[in-house]
Amino acid sequence: MDKLRCAGGIGALAVLLSGCSQWQSALHPQGGGARAILGLIWLFTAVSVVVWVLVVMALAMAVLHRRRGQQAGEPLVMDRRREQNFFRVVVTAVAVTVAVLVGLTFASFLTGKSNAALNGEAFTIHLTGHQWWWEARYQLDGQSDIVTANEIHLPVDLPIRVELDSADVIHSFWVPSLAGKRDLIPGRPSAITLLVEKAGTYRGQCAEFCGYQHAHMAMTVVAESRSAFDTWVARQRLDALPPKVDEARRGQAAFLGTGCALCHTIRGTPAAGAVGPDLTHLASRGSLAADTLPLTRGALAAWIADPQSIKPGARMPSIALSADDLNAVVAYLEGLQ
Amino acid sequence: MSASEVELDGEKLKGIRDTGLDDATLHGYLSKTWKTPDGLYGWLATVDHKRIAHRYVVTAFLFLVLAGISALVMRFQLASPEAGRVGPDLYNQLFTMHGTTMMFLFAVPMMEGFAIYLVPLMIGSRNVAFPRLNAFSYWVYVSGGLMIWVAFAFNTGADAGWFSYVPLAGPEYGTGKRPDFWAQMVTYTEVSALAVAVEIIATVFKQRAPGMTLDRMPIYVWSALVMAFIILFAMPAVMVSSTMLILDRLVGTQFFNPASGGDVLLWQHLFWFFGHPEVYIIFIPATGFVSAILPAFVRRPVFGYLGIVLSLIGIGLLSFGLWVHHMFATGLPQLGESFFTASSMMIAIPSGIQIFCWIATIWGGRPALAVPFLFVLGFIVTFVIGGLTGVMVASVPLDLQVHDTYFVVAHLHYVLMGGAVFPLLGAVYYWFPKITGRMLGEQLGKWNFWLVFIGFNATFFPMHILGLQGMPRRVYTYPLESGWGGTNLFVSLCSLALAAGFGVLFLNVVLSLRRGRLAGDNPWGASTLEWATTSPPPSYNFPRIPVVDHREPLWKNAEVLPVAEGLRIDAREVMVGTVADAVPQIRQPSADNSIWPFLAAIAVGVAFLASIYTPWAVVWGSLPVAVTFIGWFWPQAIPEDEE
Repeated sequence: MDKLRCAGGIGALAVLLSGCSQWQSALHPQGGGARAILGLIWLFTAVSVVVWVLVVMALAMAVLHRRRGQQAGEPLVMDRRREQNFFRVVVTAVAVTVAVLVGLTFASFLTGKSNAALNGEAFTIHLTGHQWWWEARYQLDGQSDIVTANEIHLPVDLPIRVELDSADVIHSFWVPSLAGKRDLIPGRPSAITLLVEKAGTYRGQCAEFCGYQHAHMAMTVVAESRSAFDTWVARQRLDALPPKVDEARRGQAAFLGTGCALCHTIRGTPAAGAVGPDLTHLASRGSLAADTLPLTRGALAAWIADPQSIKPGARMPSIALSADDLNAVVAYLEGLQ
Repeated sequence: MSASEVELDGEKLKGIRDTGLDDATLHGYLSKTWKTPDGLYGWLATVDHKRIAHRYVVTAFLFLVLAGISALVMRFQLASPEAGRVGPDLYNQLFTMHGTTMMFLFAVPMMEGFAIYLVPLMIGSRNVAFPRLNAFSYWVYVSGGLMIWVAFAFNTGADAGWFSYVPLAGPEYGTGKRPDFWAQMVTYTEVSALAVAVEIIATVFKQRAPGMTLDRMPIYVWSALVMAFIILFAMPAVMVSSTMLILDRLVGTQFFNPASGGDVLLWQHLFWFFGHPEVYIIFIPATGFVSAILPAFVRRPVFGYLGIVLSLIGIGLLSFGLWVHHMFATGLPQLGESFFTASSMMIAIPSGIQIFCWIATIWGGRPALAVPFLFVLGFIVTFVIGGLTGVMVASVPLDLQVHDTYFVVAHLHYVLMGGAVFPLLGAVYYWFPKITGRMLGEQLGKWNFWLVFIGFNATFFPMHILGLQGMPRRVYTYPLESGWGGTNLFVSLCSLALAAGFGVLFLNVVLSLRRGRLAGDNPWGASTLEWATTSPPPSYNFPRIPVVDHREPLWKNAEVLPVAEGLRIDAREVMVGTVADAVPQIRQPSADNSIWPFLAAIAVGVAFLASIYTPWAVVWGSLPVAVTFIGWFWPQAIPEDEE
């Protein structure tokens, strides 16, 4: 009967959990690391549910079981044989506890070992954490590197090495669908290996408290077929295309003239600031401000006009632009495919 | 009374002993000798462990309310996605103040306060060892707590988390004076905690009633002793690290700056070398409460005394070997991972032994479902969940998914609230009659229990799921698309029920203080020495020092408790005995009331506070500290010397 109840409990829990969204969740793994860990989560959960139910049942029976005539209030006289029985039961329970713990430790060790065994990486991405955005530099095949921000693309079924470092405080790289997290620690570069099984877009979020806008330090991982990935790489390697329409040309002039270029780089133009994200192919990304806003015309305008009300404390200052200039800059940035 | 004074006058030079005196005479002398003067002076100068403990407990509850309100404000902000009710600046201060206050200003001082109150009564002594240090420790604690909350009121609340990781809290990224207030608050409370630890160890080892050998010591006293030893070894690590932090910030040392050969991970190692044992500083005395409460309500001694005592000591030792499990995400060598996974799992064994022994105790007893016992049951049901999720986060791969998510928020609240606050509330209901002389209301107590029990589980259990769904900790808001909104709303609503539970507790305390049923000496029919004296106990605790010949002295000697005689009653004296067997060795003078500990605490407090602004405060501030210490330690002409 115990087992039946436990199975029911696990079933109920599983239904509850699987009903949740697929957004940035450790429960919907699409990468080798995350899948192995989910198996471990279910194993530990099942064992925990069984243990908890047994303990609570023992406790309930201890409180409720029938007792034969004893004087209320008076301290009880201990029965030696009964105490010895208790001793046997407690020792058995402790022995079972030890055995279960050894088993779980072993399962944990095996999972950790298999996750650490991922290697044979095809190429390396250097990921640098900034307050509050992600800078990604691809090191592909010795040719010129790609620099982008807040959105990384990966080919599926290919192990990729991700080297992690921080430009300021400690951050943590965490894409729950793909793998466990790893901290980005200033002065202590480290690396993990990602292996994505299924094409798709996965969200990640900084997991180590890093100041005001820790809540808005997210990123997107786009996993795609090798050919789609190669196309993306080829495009990212190009310099920014010169603006084609008048408004965009005025926007470029405003961008270069009002201080935007002090912090941002747009390859192929004089803008070479290294403080904020590289905007060379901004319009090819899906979101803005470390996945705080969708990349739409309106969001772009709102962000440039008043970043501090959208992401208070963000390092991007509000720059006074006329309405015309603002529209022009937005038009220019929108063209940075 | 005057007659006996005349009669004893000739002996006055040698001091008046309690030998052969009748109760009234004894009471007359003792209450005069151990009196706390009336008025403000007496209030500031008292060294009575009960009055000081009282203050500790009341102050810690006030800090609980402040930290609880911070939590409610956070839940108000998180009730819906992308809410703008609390901005990031305030939110970060709120969660930092919540964690800092709960750990440093509520939980640890609360446990210390109970230990200061109960230990001398449970071991049959008249005061703690080093009574003036005890007074000093309270004033230092309260000034540290006041300082950080006043700073918060002036928008200078700490905002880098209760763990204050560098570089975020370091000179470059820590804004204004916020991290400095945090670091100095830590120093204040650590000084007071270390003082209390020293007192408790000395009291337990040397001042036990004759015959109370170590294996007759109540389990609660064992837990207080283990807690004191953990404080003694863990707290210096955080004092060192917070001092290094303030040095980095104030005088330009580079302990934590990687650009100058410092190391940001050094902070984490030092902090968690303290931070993990910290959990057991809170949890161990809470298990002591459980072992103290249970026998009274099941009418039998705790099963497995030896096993429980060894478990307490085992937990105390093991607690120093698992700090790295807070740092799995920093990346460790595989061997290190395996070691700290194994050590973290191992601590479940002594915890399990205690749980099994308690269940056996209940099974073998005759349970009466009074409120303190309900809290013990609630403790077992919730704490086991926290322990099991603890086993989960001990696994490195598993932890890498749930670390720094709401899963861990759920886990730590199950351990700290389930594991420590439930027993604490049980302890409040259990010892309130002893402390105040009146019973807490039973009916309100049941409301209190069920509101806290249901409110707690409904608030924190769903957080496990939020964590697995990817919600990180310490975020002031979350996107609508996350799908976390519904669960968060549910959690926020349930937190109101939890808060209401605490409201009922405070209401119950206020009502019962005035109208509660009178308790009498031993309302629960319990077996330990604190119930052998009146409720509330007199300033001198026991008219005559009891002699202990059994683990449950009041059950063994239901009629008359054997007592020892020979202590002076015209001067403060306590009996000091051998460590293991409590064989009386000497009569030890016990310090009288003094204003100096209060003045010394003010001097120390001012020096610490000023050192936030200038390092020279350490130099000049040491002068008033030296003056007050000289006043404090000025040799007294002890009557005994005249013999």
